[in-house]
Amino acid sequence: MSPSRRDLLKGVSTVGLWRVLTPTSAWAQKTSVKLAFIGPLTGGTASNGLGGRNSFLLAVQERNADPKTKYKYETEVLDDECKPTVAVQAALKASSDPGVTAGVTHYCSVTAIATIDTYHKAGMPAMVWGAVLPEITYSHKHVEITRVNGTMINQNNVAADFAVKALGFKTFALIHDTTDYGRAHAKYISEYLEKAGGKILSTQGTAKDQKDYTAELTRAKADKPEVVWYGGLTPDGVRVKVQMDKLGVRAQFQGTSGIKSDTFNETAGTSAEGTLAFVEGAPTEKLPGGKRFLEAYAKAGFKEPSEAYGPFAYVAANIVIDAIEAVGPDRAKVAERLKRTRNANTIIGPVEFDEYGQNTVSLISKYVSQDGKWVLWEDSEYASGKRTLPGLRFKKL
Amino acid sequence: MPPLELLLQQTLNGVMLGMMYALVAVGFTLFFGVLDVIHFSHGDIFMLGAFAGLSALLALAAVGLRTPFVTLPLAFIAAMVVTGLVGVMAERVCVKPLARSAPLMTLLATLSLGLVLRESVLIFYPRGADPKPFPQLLPAGGFEVGGVAIRYENLAILGIGLAAMVAVDLIISRTKMGAAVRAVAQDPEAAQMMGVNLDRTVDATFFLGSALAAVAGMLSGFYYGEIHFIMGITGGVIGFSAAAIGGLGNVYGAMVGGLLFGLLQTTAAAFIPRGSEFRDVVAFAVVMLFLIFKPSGILGEKSVERV
Repeated sequence: MSPSRRDLLKGVSTVGLWRVLTPTSAWAQKTSVKLAFIGPLTGGTASNGLGGRNSFLLAVQERNADPKTKYKYETEVLDDECKPTVAVQAALKASSDPGVTAGVTHYCSVTAIATIDTYHKAGMPAMVWGAVLPEITYSHKHVEITRVNGTMINQNNVAADFAVKALGFKTFALIHDTTDYGRAHAKYISEYLEKAGGKILSTQGTAKDQKDYTAELTRAKADKPEVVWYGGLTPDGVRVKVQMDKLGVRAQFQGTSGIKSDTFNETAGTSAEGTLAFVEGAPTEKLPGGKRFLEAYAKAGFKEPSEAYGPFAYVAANIVIDAIEAVGPDRAKVAERLKRTRNANTIIGPVEFDEYGQNTVSLISKYVSQDGKWVLWEDSEYASGKRTLPGLRFKKL
Repeated sequence: MPPLELLLQQTLNGVMLGMMYALVAVGFTLFFGVLDVIHFSHGDIFMLGAFAGLSALLALAAVGLRTPFVTLPLAFIAAMVVTGLVGVMAERVCVKPLARSAPLMTLLATLSLGLVLRESVLIFYPRGADPKPFPQLLPAGGFEVGGVAIRYENLAILGIGLAAMVAVDLIISRTKMGAAVRAVAQDPEAAQMMGVNLDRTVDATFFLGSALAAVAGMLSGFYYGEIHFIMGITGGVIGFSAAAIGGLGNVYGAMVGGLLFGLLQTTAAAFIPRGSEFRDVVAFAVVMLFLIFKPSGILGEKSVERV
């Protein structure tokens, strides 16, 4: 007797049910979980975005290769162009896809701050990997938003104290981009410089991606500052420094974490020598797992360097994956779990979020550009006295 | 620094900036003068010129040619040929086929081409996302006159820029091709009846305007010491605005417009409180005033038509 259609359906259903209920059988495959990465892959800060993306992909590749991992992680990489409007579109795309469990999101402060509500409304956990504006974590108590890197508050405190108290500079000309990032940096450095006893001679805001800074630098030069400080990102920082030299502005150049990239040294060339920059955490090679990270990154054969914030993207991806492994691919549970991260062992050292989801990174590293490379101040020939910072040389003239 | 010295130094800064704008603006005005089109990928052709020049300089250095007297002219020629040909291609792909469509279509097509050029440099140029250092081959050093620092490099840039503009002027006013360009700008149909080859004239115009953008791109590289794939976005918008201030279709107007725009931006940043934040606001507000009160620009459009 040939089986009826109903019998066939029953048979197929039974086989299907058996596959679902017996994950350890030969049929079993790891369930796919999708993670989003959002950062600037095009535009002026693309080098940092690409370094972050590669580091994120490296973390996912490593975890997928680990047989102990419960899920198979897929990735959705989106470009925010370092522009708030584009970032909101990218955040909407990721968060409206129910397949995306969580995201490692944003290098630029302007994009990270613009997308907070999008992730919150969609209930999608988003761990910021590079943006340093304090308000990204401290302006709300949304469970979805966490940040693995530090904020600019500590950075500017250390930067101001170092310039005034350690190096003895007294007068400063401030130039900053007019994004939230640049403005906030200018606000905090001004506060801490004044507290440390420094004098601000002028503060000038400039458009992001501005090409010509000769007018601003000529204006600053007239005040004869000992330090020209720039609050902005690498491409603009390069222009300010190169044009400073061309205009003969005899002052020390000091930047923020935004200019601490290999690209700054490569593009500014000899002009980069003696530039100061400050970044949260320790240098990648000195991180507890930095050597292993750099070796794995090199082995993976990425075209672009990991840049200063690559390790943070790598760590963020690993913490997010750890949370999914622990509670399953459920957005709400993952968000709760991420917010309660305590003493996580990572390549950047222990990660611990405060009640706002902010990693409490207390260490700020001071860097100086020496022979085309960023060198930790303490290890540099400027600190040992073998070389003199340009600003200190000019002071003696 | 006393105010007069500051004023003179800022004026020099403005002239340097304006020179680059003027070279881009002349291209816009040539295209508009001949075909009544606004070629919005011209800003990205300016960027392409800078990258083509950089590639030529690096290639010449790789084969051992490093003498600026040899490498500079060769790099300029290479960059001008590349952008000239891309300009002609842009005209044949985005302008000519849409000649009978609404002007908006040409605008959209050229805007899209600009995006393609920009993203192509980002993707295909080695580490295209990063700003690129530009070889500093112009004479270094300088001198001071009345407290104003003048670099030899700046004089060389001004000299090359002026030479390029004079060359365009001579081509337009003294050559047979220039006469054809002027004839087509005045009345294409009558020009054709008088034996002017319209296609060849349009090609020549796009080649000339785009080659000039390469000069601007390379001078920008020498002046600022770096180039970046996004440099054409604002460069294009400002170049077009400068052409509009000077009078679209008028080559000399574009030169004046470019210089004026550069001076406006510099003056706003230098002498208005918090002016550096509003330099573009001030400069573009002046553009709007011109469009409202003198839409034909400083030196007048080529005809009564307006954009």
